[in-house]
Amino acid sequence: MSEWTKRHLLDVEELSKEEIEMVLDTARSFKEVSSRDVKKVPALRGKTVVMLFFEPSTRTRTSFELAAKRLSADTINIAVNTSSLSKGETILDTARNVEAMNVDAIVVRHATPGVPQIFAHNLKSSIINAGDGCRSHPTQALLDMFTIKEKLGRLEGLKVGIVGDILHSRVARSNLMGLTKMGAEVTVCGPSTLIPVEIEKLGAKVSYDVDKVIKQSDVMILLRIQKERQKDHFLPSIREYAIEFGVTTERLKQGKKELLIMHPGPMNRGVEISSDVADGEQSLILEQVTNGVAVRMAVLYLVLGAK
Amino acid sequence: MTKIMDSDLVRRAIIRIAHEILEKNKGIAQLCIIGIRTRGVILAARIAKAIKEIEGQAVPVGILDINLYRDDLTLVGSQPIIRETLIDFDLNEQKVVLVDDVLFTGRTIRAALDAIMDFGRPSSIQLAALVDRGHRELPIRADYVGKNIPTALKQNVKVVLSESDNEEDAVYLEENK
Repeated sequence: MSEWTKRHLLDVEELSKEEIEMVLDTARSFKEVSSRDVKKVPALRGKTVVMLFFEPSTRTRTSFELAAKRLSADTINIAVNTSSLSKGETILDTARNVEAMNVDAIVVRHATPGVPQIFAHNLKSSIINAGDGCRSHPTQALLDMFTIKEKLGRLEGLKVGIVGDILHSRVARSNLMGLTKMGAEVTVCGPSTLIPVEIEKLGAKVSYDVDKVIKQSDVMILLRIQKERQKDHFLPSIREYAIEFGVTTERLKQGKKELLIMHPGPMNRGVEISSDVADGEQSLILEQVTNGVAVRMAVLYLVLGAK
Repeated sequence: MTKIMDSDLVRRAIIRIAHEILEKNKGIAQLCIIGIRTRGVILAARIAKAIKEIEGQAVPVGILDINLYRDDLTLVGSQPIIRETLIDFDLNEQKVVLVDDVLFTGRTIRAALDAIMDFGRPSSIQLAALVDRGHRELPIRADYVGKNIPTALKQNVKVVLSESDNEEDAVYLEENK
């Protein structure tokens, strides 16, 4: 694998194992750039990257923006509230207008699954999916894989547990697709109301017992439990979830000493993760954020260079 | 394909370059060596080893990947693969010796100079190349040259090093069709 040919990054499913490896290898080199005094290289000088976010986001948007800036691209942020969408324009028209200003890449997040695909079919720019509904969040999966590989040296043969609201989580779905492709064994875990039916068909094992998952895993990815889920009757109460599934220091004692804890953020301390676990030695949560910039630099560099 | 340098010539050229570097810089104070990926890295390590044998002391050695600084990034096919740059020492007020295998248009060195400037402000940057084949497109010259080889533009200089190519060291001149 020596040539990158994809002009868009829409989901993890479309990437081959070799392509995932290429992103991770490229990201390793870009991580070094962020550790310099002068955190900037001229690779994307003269390119324009637009962050078109139809859903609120701080971490992902900032991460993409820093990534683009560290490659010397120009960046623009368009947030939904301040745009003409509220005046009745369709999302495709909004994107076409943005593109008419000669931009090179559009990083898009939208609550509806498939919006990045619609953009990719109808626009000339490179489209990067920064999260579409509960379907896909490819750069999060790539940065999680990067973080695991950096720590443990490999992905193949690892046992990874993903705990939380699997049903509504694009992070869970993308990680499941990516990690199984790279040869890891993924177990999803949560209350039965929040586990999608037939998820086994995507290659996941299912468990309803977080203690069992802790005992067997090399890595655990904990997902945020949104308070709205209680209103929507998926959960009796947030407190009950915390008692049944919340990962605490006490619970972690059953697992391997080297068990790594990850969380895509934002986290609810005291719900899916206790504060001492979040800040503990096994936690990689802030390293994920650091690595996110490097992985997004790699993605921007590769898709904007594809011919 | 004509063989222009054999392994003995390559070995002697590296030892001579090491001596010339020490002579010009009056020893190894503030000296560091940075190899340009891929074969410059190997040559940098060999020059550093020769310097250590002569002076009894090691000099810091770094690795530079210049692809992010290329002036033809938007022109070449798909993006070149980016490998890690490893310079774990301070470049401020240091005498940097850049090492590459073949000096040709000078555009790689231009990129390397920009990259190094992002790491700090060296007191000087010098250039060592195993082969200088001419045809410069930028005002750049080498301070240390293993061998000057007059070439035609359509010819190709191929450097083989045992570490990367699993073959005995050699330099060849190839006719491009």
